[in-house]
Amino acid sequence: MSTPLVEAQGVVKRYGPTTALADGRLTVLPGESHALVGRNGAGKSTLVTVLTGLQAPDEGTVRFDGEPAPPLTDRDAWRGKVACVYQKPTVVPELTVAENLFINRQPLRRGFISWRRLHKEAAELLDTWDVSVDPEARTADLKVEDRQMVEIARALSFGARFIVLDEPTAQLDKREIERLFSRMRALQDSGVTFLFISHHLQEVYEVCQTVTVLRDARWITTAPVTDMPRAALIEAMAGETVAEQEQAVRTAEVDAPVLLDARGLTSDAYEDVDLTVRRGEVVGLAGISGSGKTELAETFTGLHTPTSGTARLDGRPLPFGDVQASLKAGVGFVPRDRHAQGLVFGMTIGDNATLSVLDRLGRHGFVGTDRKRGFATELIDRLDIHTEGPDQPVSDLSGGNAQKVVMARALASDPRLLVLINPTAGVDVKSKESLLSRVDTAREDGTAVLVVSDELDDLRRCDRVLVLFHGRVVAEHPAGWRDHELIASIEGVEHG
Amino acid sequence: MADTKARPLAPVRARTPGSARTVLLRRARELALVPALLLLMVLGAFVNDSFLTERNLISILGASAALAMVVLAESLVLITGKFDLSLESVVGIAPAVGALLVLPAAQSGWGTELPPALALLAVLVVGAVVGAFNGVLVVKFKLNAFIVTLAMLIVLRGLLVGATKGKTLFGMPDSFYSLATTTFLNIPMSVWLAAVAFAVTGFVLKYHRVGRSLYAIGGNADAARAAGIRVERVMLGVFVVAGVLASVGGIMQTGYVGAISANQGQNMIFTVFAAAVIGGISLDGGKGTMFGALTGVLLLGVVQNLLTLAQVPSFWIQAIYGGIILVALMIARVTTGRAQD
Repeated sequence: MSTPLVEAQGVVKRYGPTTALADGRLTVLPGESHALVGRNGAGKSTLVTVLTGLQAPDEGTVRFDGEPAPPLTDRDAWRGKVACVYQKPTVVPELTVAENLFINRQPLRRGFISWRRLHKEAAELLDTWDVSVDPEARTADLKVEDRQMVEIARALSFGARFIVLDEPTAQLDKREIERLFSRMRALQDSGVTFLFISHHLQEVYEVCQTVTVLRDARWITTAPVTDMPRAALIEAMAGETVAEQEQAVRTAEVDAPVLLDARGLTSDAYEDVDLTVRRGEVVGLAGISGSGKTELAETFTGLHTPTSGTARLDGRPLPFGDVQASLKAGVGFVPRDRHAQGLVFGMTIGDNATLSVLDRLGRHGFVGTDRKRGFATELIDRLDIHTEGPDQPVSDLSGGNAQKVVMARALASDPRLLVLINPTAGVDVKSKESLLSRVDTAREDGTAVLVVSDELDDLRRCDRVLVLFHGRVVAEHPAGWRDHELIASIEGVEHG
Repeated sequence: MADTKARPLAPVRARTPGSARTVLLRRARELALVPALLLLMVLGAFVNDSFLTERNLISILGASAALAMVVLAESLVLITGKFDLSLESVVGIAPAVGALLVLPAAQSGWGTELPPALALLAVLVVGAVVGAFNGVLVVKFKLNAFIVTLAMLIVLRGLLVGATKGKTLFGMPDSFYSLATTTFLNIPMSVWLAAVAFAVTGFVLKYHRVGRSLYAIGGNADAARAAGIRVERVMLGVFVVAGVLASVGGIMQTGYVGAISANQGQNMIFTVFAAAVIGGISLDGGKGTMFGALTGVLLLGVVQNLLTLAQVPSFWIQAIYGGIILVALMIARVTTGRAQD
């Protein structure tokens, strides 16, 4: 057996109190394509930052070709060993492809850059690796697949033969993915080794020979993909959560009237989606990032506009693309990111909580201070927000309490449809319970609830969970699903 | 699998005229302001007989030299993706410090009466120190460049007014004025110097690794850092160089005016940014050429000159000048076809 090209042993990485990687192990043999899989937060990205020399591990070793990894400061040595193509481009968009390939090492003639030689060498480099990109094109004009190939070619030109591809297919369509794979295979034949990170398990089977699974910051297993049927892979990723989830399976009143009725919704993020939510029903939307689940939910809040399709709320048509109109129609929502869209951090809790209901608190745009304060105090009590009072700035609050303020605002208008997008993201366990119990209260009041989340705990309370994949609803799980069943359909295994 | 390698993955690209055309297009954008400049000249010739005379053209150049230096300085900072508003105050305070060092106490100097050569060196040092101070605050301490340099603009202006008690400094040695007064081929040395500065900077930006690294940093600082560029060091250097260039602009202005008033350079930064943006320098960084910046300067210089020749009442000249800059920005947006972001 040959020396592994890359070997990481017992890698531990902590960020403050959180352990991002407790036991990272990876052994990649030269010439293979090695898949690294795991759910969000399993420690994949942390392992990659250690492998590419961006951060030193707190414990453990990384060896290349049997030799210890170079010191972190020796960037040139690292560049000669490993390169990572991230989802986020690491090129300068305004410069040409040729210049990006040779940034800071442009060929010189008497101390000055020789553009002729630069273009010639760039063309040669691109030809060597069969990358059909015009070296004089502006890099910003390239398609994602071409940009990725340019970054791969640049890495290869430094002498690196180990390339990490971090979710390279996330932004590509099916044909581009096929082209990427055939290029990967060709490069592999010329001796390039890949570490392939993807959420799409069928891609792992298509292009990789070996797979390493991480879960909960730990190495779980490494095996040839041929010895790892999908079920086993899913189980390794999801863990032995077979224990019955003690969950009183709610029987949603099937005869309750339909509150939200959407037909044939289509936009660039999803296609031909039908969706109904009954009074007092909680419906979950799951899917990998880019599956269209967030956009679908945002459609009902006016943040995303579909190209066709209709939605009716309580029998009346729900207008699209107008947040104000959605609020008026009776939609309350917790947006995807409380920092970017949820809260105005400089303002007080009271101001934030009542931001969307100001018209009820006064006339002609004037807001009664006392009424606002009373209303906010009531909301603070209702949601159990730990605060000194409605006049405290939101920026003082912890993540959990801040999220409760966002939830408070969503509930402030007594909505008929409550849309929650990642309602418990970055929130501690106790606040999470409290936030989710709000969902139950809303349900009992007859509100229809739509929950978009990556967290299984959020989805467990739903009467049913719809799974989106590439913009289509591909599965529906009634309450009481097993974790691995849901994960399998989220990752697109059954319908790859 | 063995045949996979031999098979070309995509049709081999021939050097199509397409790529040549894109290069040509890029060049054309660089020259976008030249037609506008020519048009203005023709217009000027019609409007006023004395416009297209050698004397008037030289006076346009002489009047634009100081502005050109500051635009050059600002362009470097902008390409790197930062801001420096304080340059207009450097135009005032740098030569003023030099003057205070040579002037006797009776002429409201500091009485040190340094030799002129040393005093002129001190002018450059003041520019460099201000630039370094801005650079450290922005690059090392990660303060916001806009606000830091805005504060510096006010502080430096205040220091100048304080040090001179608001008086105008004059009677400096001839070497303080010689850039504007001595000529070569009838053209003031300040113009030659500015031209050389633009040529050298343009060359370095195009043909030197350090010059290219400015574009890389302004375009994507993380990518530049990953490519081994010492981003912080280059940025700091750019701030220092910009300060020095602005102080040279200050000396030129002193020579052109013949004295240093307490408000030398005041409100200049607006014109500087306008010239840079009209010339195609992006406020977002990573874009623009020295040639473009130069055409921006000349355009504004010609407009200024035309307004003077047309004997626009001085009370209205600001409003008209500002309006013309606004229109020029709009025209540049249309003719260059790119967003001025």
